Parts: sequence; structure tokens; C-alpha cells
Amino acid sequence: MSENIDSSTAPRLIGKPASVVSRLFESKQLGWAGFAIAVIFPFLVANNYAMNIATTAVIFILLASGLNIVVGYCGLLDLGYIAFMAVGAYTAGIVSKAWELPILFTIPAVLLMTVLAGLIIGAPTLRLRSDYLAIVTLGFGEIIRLTANNLTITGGPSGIYGIPGVELFGLDLSSPVMFYFFCVVVVSLLVLGSARLGKSRLGRAWRFVREDEDAAEAMGIHTYKVKLAAYIFGAMWGGMGGMLFAAHLSAISPQSFVFLQSALVLMAVVLGGMGNTRGVVVGAVVISLLPEFLRDMGNLRYVIFGVVLIAVMVLRPQGFWPARAYEPEKGEPNKHGPDMDDGGSGPGAHGRKRSRREHKKVTTSGQESFGRETSSQERGENA
Amino acid sequence: MTQLVWNGLFVGSFYALIALGYSMVYGIIKLLNFAHGDLYMLGAFIGYAMLSSVGIIPASMSITALLIVLLLTMIISGGIGVGIERLAYRPLRGSPRLAVLITAVGASFTLEYGVSAIAGPNPRVFPVRLQGQTFDVLGARVSAPQIVLMVIAVLLMLSLNSYIQRTSMGRAMRAIALDPKGSLLMGINVNKVITWTFFIGSALAGAAGVMAGAYYGKIDFLMGFIIGLKAFTAAVIGGIGNIKGAMLGGLLLGLLEAFGSQWLGGEWRDVFTFAVLIAFLTLKPTGLLGERVTERV
Repeated sequence: MSENIDSSTAPRLIGKPASVVSRLFESKQLGWAGFAIAVIFPFLVANNYAMNIATTAVIFILLASGLNIVVGYCGLLDLGYIAFMAVGAYTAGIVSKAWELPILFTIPAVLLMTVLAGLIIGAPTLRLRSDYLAIVTLGFGEIIRLTANNLTITGGPSGIYGIPGVELFGLDLSSPVMFYFFCVVVVSLLVLGSARLGKSRLGRAWRFVREDEDAAEAMGIHTYKVKLAAYIFGAMWGGMGGMLFAAHLSAISPQSFVFLQSALVLMAVVLGGMGNTRGVVVGAVVISLLPEFLRDMGNLRYVIFGVVLIAVMVLRPQGFWPARAYEPEKGEPNKHGPDMDDGGSGPGAHGRKRSRREHKKVTTSGQESFGRETSSQERGENA
Repeated sequence: MTQLVWNGLFVGSFYALIALGYSMVYGIIKLLNFAHGDLYMLGAFIGYAMLSSVGIIPASMSITALLIVLLLTMIISGGIGVGIERLAYRPLRGSPRLAVLITAVGASFTLEYGVSAIAGPNPRVFPVRLQGQTFDVLGARVSAPQIVLMVIAVLLMLSLNSYIQRTSMGRAMRAIALDPKGSLLMGINVNKVITWTFFIGSALAGAAGVMAGAYYGKIDFLMGFIIGLKAFTAAVIGGIGNIKGAMLGGLLLGLLEAFGSQWLGGEWRDVFTFAVLIAFLTLKPTGLLGERVTERV
């Protein structure tokens, strides 16, 4: 993973036509490379501590890719994302304990509950301005945590313990290494799923809503439905993360679902590059591993996270590895380097007010008209 | 019954003080300042640091000492609020809303964990604890410190209200809330006014922090998180961006909470509050005193 992290500066090079680095970064094999690194990892270091951290990191990747659907693709700020993970984890824990089911059999219940939770919180608020959504999700995260803390079915403050590990076709996958592999496979599929979603028709609608909601509405996109879809997909990803989390730790308690966790997932998405699955995966790995390396610093490490978050928003709002809003025309090979600098515009930079800095970036890359270009493209595809 | 009403009004006046800052900032630059609740926390810690550096304060002097500390804390926390605006929010003025919101989260995070890194993650006991005899007013037990704190809160709110209604700075604030570009063209120094807004809002939050510390006696670095959410709820109930609405919303939320926790049990108090928030946003997003805003494209 190290080469990925180091080259986080790569998008700066992208102004020149197809440099080696940028070609490397857009290469299709990169996903496979990441997968291979994840699979090989246990053969290099296989002690329990490393496996534990690696599994946590993998689950964190899943969460980040789920939040990326909401924040990255659709531009909706969700500050209580961990609540969906809590819903998933508690559903999995309660159902599997109550009926003595293998934990994988709880997946339908987990998905049902998270979709319900997504509807309950999304349906009333998604019609409002996005700021309201942010703070309501913050409140929702607290509601879920406090409810879990107060109810008896969730075990109150001490939570639920003795959740069974994963078992597949009579195979026991609960040993640390086997569970790690299981997580890698599941998470890879889901991350791939979220990347695919981002490229689908719905994904294009999401990005259109993010860039300019009014224009999207005018073009015939039912923005409310589209936003709700993003929210529900995000919720399902979070719920799956919760299920894996419950199976991993075999015990869950309300303390696992505090706001800090939501903020960390958000940081992974924002720092990695909103809307770009690869960036988000790298961001998630960094954010989940960094606290392990900075353990001596105590709470100072979170101060650093906060400052970095502000600094990134001020200096490089698109994150370290931004998404390209540009989509190659069918049959046209991807030759235009400059288009990729769209990064200048993480979510919403084509919006009504483009900041001076971004504007400059666009003109220096010699592509003044690309804002118009993208939207005309979208228009064609969504009409 | 009267006890519940009194308790509700007392807690509500704290919410109102914090909601005012939220609402002012939102009214003027349409920014949800997530760090606002943390300025309340910061105020409590600044007051704590000042009071504990003085040493032992005789009980007879505690009110005077508290008032002085309150004033100093308001200045310092106001200054910090201005600093946050300068460093984090101003460079992003005019950027997409998502970027600004994320910055606000970062600012809140930095304040919380900055304080926890300096003062330690464990709760601190406030050096001055307000105590006094209790009176019986219409069947409710009312203590002297409660009255003092409430008087301070009401005085602050009233002076803020007249400041906004009577002074030229207040008029400038209202003008910017209506139309920032127009006010700029009319010769208002928009940046200066925004700085002042942040200063006043943060100072009020800091004052509320000191008062809460002196009354409840225990402070910790996450105390601003929940109260920030509640202040936002109060601002939404009253109609966000509306100063009188924020005061009304704060008092109303205090009352709702007092009755809600009586009815459902204290452990459900916060859940009840956020449910109220969601219900309000669903049914009446403009709040009680707010006006419907049409988005101009």
C-alpha cells in the first residue's frame, strides 16, 4: 500500500498529458493490486495483533466506501454514519443470539433494519437543505447510541457479547486469519459494488445532484428519490460493516458507536478524495492505521486529524486523490490529461460559486469550458 | 408542575444563550458552525483555568469573582471564535457548502481534542460551586444561584437584542443577513461585521460555559457536543437565523425537555430532544418565528 500513499500527490502531475504516474493511477489493474496486497498481507505478518488491526482496517474500508456513496457521490454530509453500523451490528447480534442463527443468516434482517433506519432519517430530512441533513444525522447518531444504551434488548451499557463468528458451508471461519480473508473477500465485493454504482446511471444522477441540484431537477432527475437512494445504499453498506464488526469482536457496546467514529470515517472519505473509490480506500487504510502508529501521542493525534481536515478543505478541497468528473466518450480513448484536473472541483465546485483558486486551476489546464462540457454530457445521458 | 416549568426555563435559558450564537452566524453567513457547542466547552475550561489559578476564593466573594471571570472568559472565547472564523471559515467563503460544513466539523474536532490533550480527558471539578438557600415560589424550589444565573442570561440576551436593533453594527448585521452583496455595495465592511458576529456569538457561548460549570460543578471536553446539538434544535424550533426565535426556542426546548424527561424518564431526555428536532424539521422546518426562504438560483 505504501506506493499508493506516497503518490497521493499524483493529481498535481495530471496537468501534463498522460504522464506515467497518472496512467498508473488510472490503470484498471490497481484494484487487483490492492486486493493482492490485502491477500498477501497475512503471509507476511500473521500474529494476532496484526490480524486484528488488519481486519479492523478492512471493515473500515467498507464503512468509508459506504459513506463515499452518500458524501462523495451525492454530496450529502452524513455526520452520524456510525449509527448505521450500530444498527447493523445490533441487529446481527440480537438476531443471531435470540434464534441461535449463524451470523451470516442475519444479513437479510441487517439489510432490512438499516434500510428502515435510512428511510426514517432520510425521508423527512432530504427534502430540506443539506445543512439540516448534516445536523440531523448527527442527532440521529446520538439517538441510536443512547437508545442502545437504554434498552434492555440491546444489553444496555454493557452491550451484547458472545456473538458467534462466521461459519460458511460448515467451515469455521472464526480464526483470525480465516476471518480476515473472509472480510477481504466480502469488502472487496462491496467496494467494487460501490464503485460500479458510482459509474451507473444512478451514479451519474448522484454526481449531477452533487454538482448542481437545481439543474438536475430541471433536467428531470427526481432529486429526492436519487438522494434517498444514495442514503439507503450508504446505510446498507454501513449495516454490512456493522455485521462484520459484530462477528469480528464478538461483543458490541454503545461505546463503539460514538461520534468520533463517524468523524473518522468522514475523514477517510474527505482526505482520500470524495467520490473516488480508490482514494477513499487508501484514505480509510491511512486513517485506520495511523492511530495505531501514533498511540503514544494520546488525544493529540485527533487534534492533528482535525487540523488536517481543515487544512485539506482550505488548501485542497478535492482530497488527495480526487475523482475525475470527466467520462470518456464512447470509442474515444482517454487522451486528455487536463480533464482530470477536474479534481479542482470535489463536490459542488461546478456549483454556482466557483472559488477563485479552482477557477484558476481550470484555466491553467487550458480547459475553460469543461464545466459546461461535463454538464452537457450529463444532460445527454440523463435526458 | 411549577417545578418542572421552572427547571425547564432555567435549562432553557442556557440553550437560548448558545442558540443565539448559532442563529446569528447562520443568519449572516448561512454557516452551521459545528464548533459553536465546543466554544461553550472552551468557555467552561477557560473559566476553570482562571478560577483555579487564583486559588481559594472565599464563599462570600464567589459571585463577584465569577462575574469577573465571566467577563474575561467572554472576551477570550470571543477572540477564539474570531480566530476560527479567520483561519477556517473565511478562506472558504463562497466555496461549496459541503466543504464549509466539513471544515466546521474539523474545527469542532480540533477544539474538543485540543482541550482534551491539554487538560486531560477526565472530567474536572469546577473550583467555584454556586450554592445558596432555596426559596419556595408557587410550589417550586428555586435556588439563589439559579436566579442569579438566569438574571445574567436574560440580561445578556436583552442587551444583545437591543444591540442588534439599535446600533449601527446591529443594523449592518441585519442588512448582511438580508443581502450580503447589496450591503457590500452600500459601504458596509462585511468582513468586519462577520468578525463581530463571531465574536458576540462565541462570547455568549463562553459565558454559558462558565455559568454551566459554576452551576453543575463538573466539566469535560465533550460537554459541548450534546449542548451544541440542543442549541441547534432550539434555533430550529424558533426559526434559524432569527434572534428572538432562538431565545424563544431555547426556553421552549427547556420546557419540552423537562416535561419529556418527566414523562419518559431521564435517560430518554436526549433522545426525546432529537426526536423533537426531527419532528420540527419534518413538520415546520421554518420554525415558529422564521420566514419561508425561497432559494434564489
